[in-house]
Amino acid sequence: MRLKLNISNALADRLFSLTARGAALLTLALLLGIIASLIMGAWPAIREYGAGFLTRNAWDPVREDFGGLMMIYGTLVTSFIALLIAVPVSFGIALFLTELSPVWLKRPLGTAIELLAAVPSIVYGMWGLMVFGPVLARYVQQPMQSLLGDIPFLGALVSGPPVGIGILSASIILSIMIIPFIASVMRDVFEVTPPLLKESAYGLGATTWEVVWRVVLPYTKTGVLGGIMLGLGRALGETMAVTFVIGNMNQLNSLSLFEPANSITSALANEFAEAAPGLHQASLIYLGLVLFLITFTVLICSKLLLLRLKKNEGARV
Amino acid sequence: MSPDTSMNHETSSKAARFARRKRFNQIAIALSMIAMFAGMFWLAWILWETVSVGISGLSVAMFTENTPPAGDAIGEGGLANAMMGSFLMVALATFVGAPIGILTGIYLAEYDPSGKLSFTVRFINDLLLSAPSIIIGLFVYAVIVVQFKEFSGWAGAAALALIVIPIVIRTTENMLALIPAGLREAAYALGSPKWKVITRITLVAARAGVLTGILLAVARISGETAPLLFTALNNQFWKASLSGPLANLPVTILQFAMSPYENWQKLAWGGVFLITLAVLGLNILARMLSREKL
Amino acid sequence: MKRLIVAACVTAASSLGMSTLALAADNVTGAGASFPAPLYTRWAADYNKITGHKINYQSIGSSAGLKQIEEKTVDFGASDAPLTDAVLQEKGLVQFPMVVGGIVPIINVQGVTPGQLKLNGQVLGDIYLGKITLWNDPAIAALNPGLKLPDTAIAVVRRADGSGTSFGFTNYLCKVNAEWKEKVGEGTAVNWPTGLGGKGNEGVAAFVGRLNGAIGYVEYAYAKRNKLAHAQIQNRAGKFVQPSEASFKAAASGAEWEKSFHQILTDQPGDESWPITSATFILMHKKQDKPAQAAASLNFFAWAFKNGDAQASNLDYIPMPPAVKEIVARSWQSITDASGKAVRP
Repeated sequence: MRLKLNISNALADRLFSLTARGAALLTLALLLGIIASLIMGAWPAIREYGAGFLTRNAWDPVREDFGGLMMIYGTLVTSFIALLIAVPVSFGIALFLTELSPVWLKRPLGTAIELLAAVPSIVYGMWGLMVFGPVLARYVQQPMQSLLGDIPFLGALVSGPPVGIGILSASIILSIMIIPFIASVMRDVFEVTPPLLKESAYGLGATTWEVVWRVVLPYTKTGVLGGIMLGLGRALGETMAVTFVIGNMNQLNSLSLFEPANSITSALANEFAEAAPGLHQASLIYLGLVLFLITFTVLICSKLLLLRLKKNEGARV
Repeated sequence: MSPDTSMNHETSSKAARFARRKRFNQIAIALSMIAMFAGMFWLAWILWETVSVGISGLSVAMFTENTPPAGDAIGEGGLANAMMGSFLMVALATFVGAPIGILTGIYLAEYDPSGKLSFTVRFINDLLLSAPSIIIGLFVYAVIVVQFKEFSGWAGAAALALIVIPIVIRTTENMLALIPAGLREAAYALGSPKWKVITRITLVAARAGVLTGILLAVARISGETAPLLFTALNNQFWKASLSGPLANLPVTILQFAMSPYENWQKLAWGGVFLITLAVLGLNILARMLSREKL
Repeated sequence: MKRLIVAACVTAASSLGMSTLALAADNVTGAGASFPAPLYTRWAADYNKITGHKINYQSIGSSAGLKQIEEKTVDFGASDAPLTDAVLQEKGLVQFPMVVGGIVPIINVQGVTPGQLKLNGQVLGDIYLGKITLWNDPAIAALNPGLKLPDTAIAVVRRADGSGTSFGFTNYLCKVNAEWKEKVGEGTAVNWPTGLGGKGNEGVAAFVGRLNGAIGYVEYAYAKRNKLAHAQIQNRAGKFVQPSEASFKAAASGAEWEKSFHQILTDQPGDESWPITSATFILMHKKQDKPAQAAASLNFFAWAFKNGDAQASNLDYIPMPPAVKEIVARSWQSITDASGKAVRP
């Protein structure tokens, strides 16, 4: 009796572990499938341009001449600026929520920030186009142009039509979209810092800032980095919000932050439906593949960084 | 930290340094409050816009009638078919995607936490998590729509399921990893087989977190437009089946919002309001569940 | 808890299965050009009310419409850019026109009222080439004697997404501006030399409405319903015309449909003709795998030709003249099942 039970348990065990393993393998197969179908779809463009596609500054559907420089540049720059804005703001929010906020306010405020992540991205797009763009143009871009326009280097950064559409607006909308991700991860990891550590620091007379900067942040840096990477991933892949406000210009003519530009996701969303089969469609899929590669690189970098951080930790303790 | 040369000097420099630290702290606190305020400010602004235009588009007909043709009187027609289609696809995607995600999460956390396969799957999963949803749509289009020569709700649900899986994997694995090893060891010590320990002990202990992950995934796919464009397409008629093109809210909203006809635009904003409301509701539910766990 | 989930799964699965069985067979799907989508869905809704048949049309873009009919994922495709007879032959497709519409330049210039500004093809092309950059440029002033034009920079706005509207617009510019033809060419998406890209008509209208000094182009229904300031254009006969149902009709009347359905209606002769007029087309397979679906589609088009003119005008489209409808209906005889029998005799 007892033996029989054991056998059936062993069988169940085996079955369960096989199912779990099967599910893991299925996930693996799915992604490989996606990448394989991307490579197949992009093949005509890969054969035509090779890696030179990445640095070609051309996008001419009529003459079938394509290159991804603008979209790749736009994707990287908007995501980078979005991080530049979002990381400090998120840090401030997390600091406020863990160290400064009165207890009764913590939960509602924390939930409210997370709700920002729940708004569908088309809403961000429409809001950016109709509401935020004009405000940005009127109260930020025009003053900045009159202020910086004549200074050699800075002037070039703010040249172009001050219409609230372009790299800057896309970056700001993106930063608003990723703040909740980064801030909530930072808050979560700040909260798990052992109170003992913080209290000892406070006991030694450290100020709030010093506790957070010198004690909490070093303790939680892995988690914080993870949160930032999560935000970066979102920013790189965001489609609908960006396509409304980036201006969709396919040639890189100027490095100004006010100029209309394009991103990989936005180009895909705009042109895929109307792209004739052939080089145009293949180039768009090639761009999709490049986006995968960018994400891949970002992931590898973050893993390596984490590894190094862990090593340093070991050395110091 | 470095020793000062004279006593007198030391006191005054200490006082100065204290003042400086205090000032620095005040500035930091002020900045943090500004950051908090800025976050709240965006939220309030975006929600205000959504609510103010969304409410004006709301009506009872929205829930009972199908999408109207262009140029109808305002207030006629609704989004019933789109809501039904979205519901069907989201439900199927969740029922298919969540178990696969949970099982994979279990494999990663319980069976092979540091093996090669797990490392690869984890990495690939991170990649899938940030894959732009339009690419997922293209994949499903090539694999399902072209093969079966038909746009269908099945294809739409498949695309959405592909978005659910990585989210659920990530949260399940994280949640299982948080379960104290002692709990598992105690169960093993009592002679329970592994599958029982997992399904009866660890998964139960982590259920709030796992459920939160599923809810977040549902919230995410309810608003997705890009993967549905070339899979489910859309449909102006009522249908409660997944075969053939199926109406859905995100694509309907996109088409209606971009049209010149006022009755369509009104409905689009009503739909945006509904989706936002539903997604916010799911998120709040998820928060409440994960709080319960603590 | 777990039982609940399982129960829910079972219920959901079984209800899905049942509803699949209950599905009617005569559902027809069409997809393609976004320009006629409002009208097709309007017709489909009315047709459904009267006959009970469901014709589902979805706007996914002209090229996508062509792609989908080639992949046979839809029963009919729709496109704003007509295929040449040779290409149709090669792909085994038939095409026929359904309605005509107009594309209208819209502007936002202080002190200029709707319909007041006059442009011609040369100037419009030079603006979109980035050669004319100020509103008080002599070339514009020469066309508008007596109109006080401001010293404002021109902000060019165009479509970001590939679109049949862009095809009509760039096709017109190719015909009237040699440099445009040489440098840019025509297409649903082109290599725009300058300007901001708006997503959809909506995006273009939003930019033009907001930017002082902007110029853009949208479908007529959009310009009319949003009360955007449009411009007059000089047509081939040298006359300046306002966009209207009459001027679109005049442009469409010159086409020789009896020769071929490959007709592009831009830059047509005639004193009244609006120069950026365009027809929109349906694409179907010549040899049908699903003759029943094809017959259902054709019945719908026949019904629309007979009963749909009023709705078309309501939504600012121009119905085809009766003579052309007859030619189109006759052409349907060439759509056959595998045995060569016409699907709609």
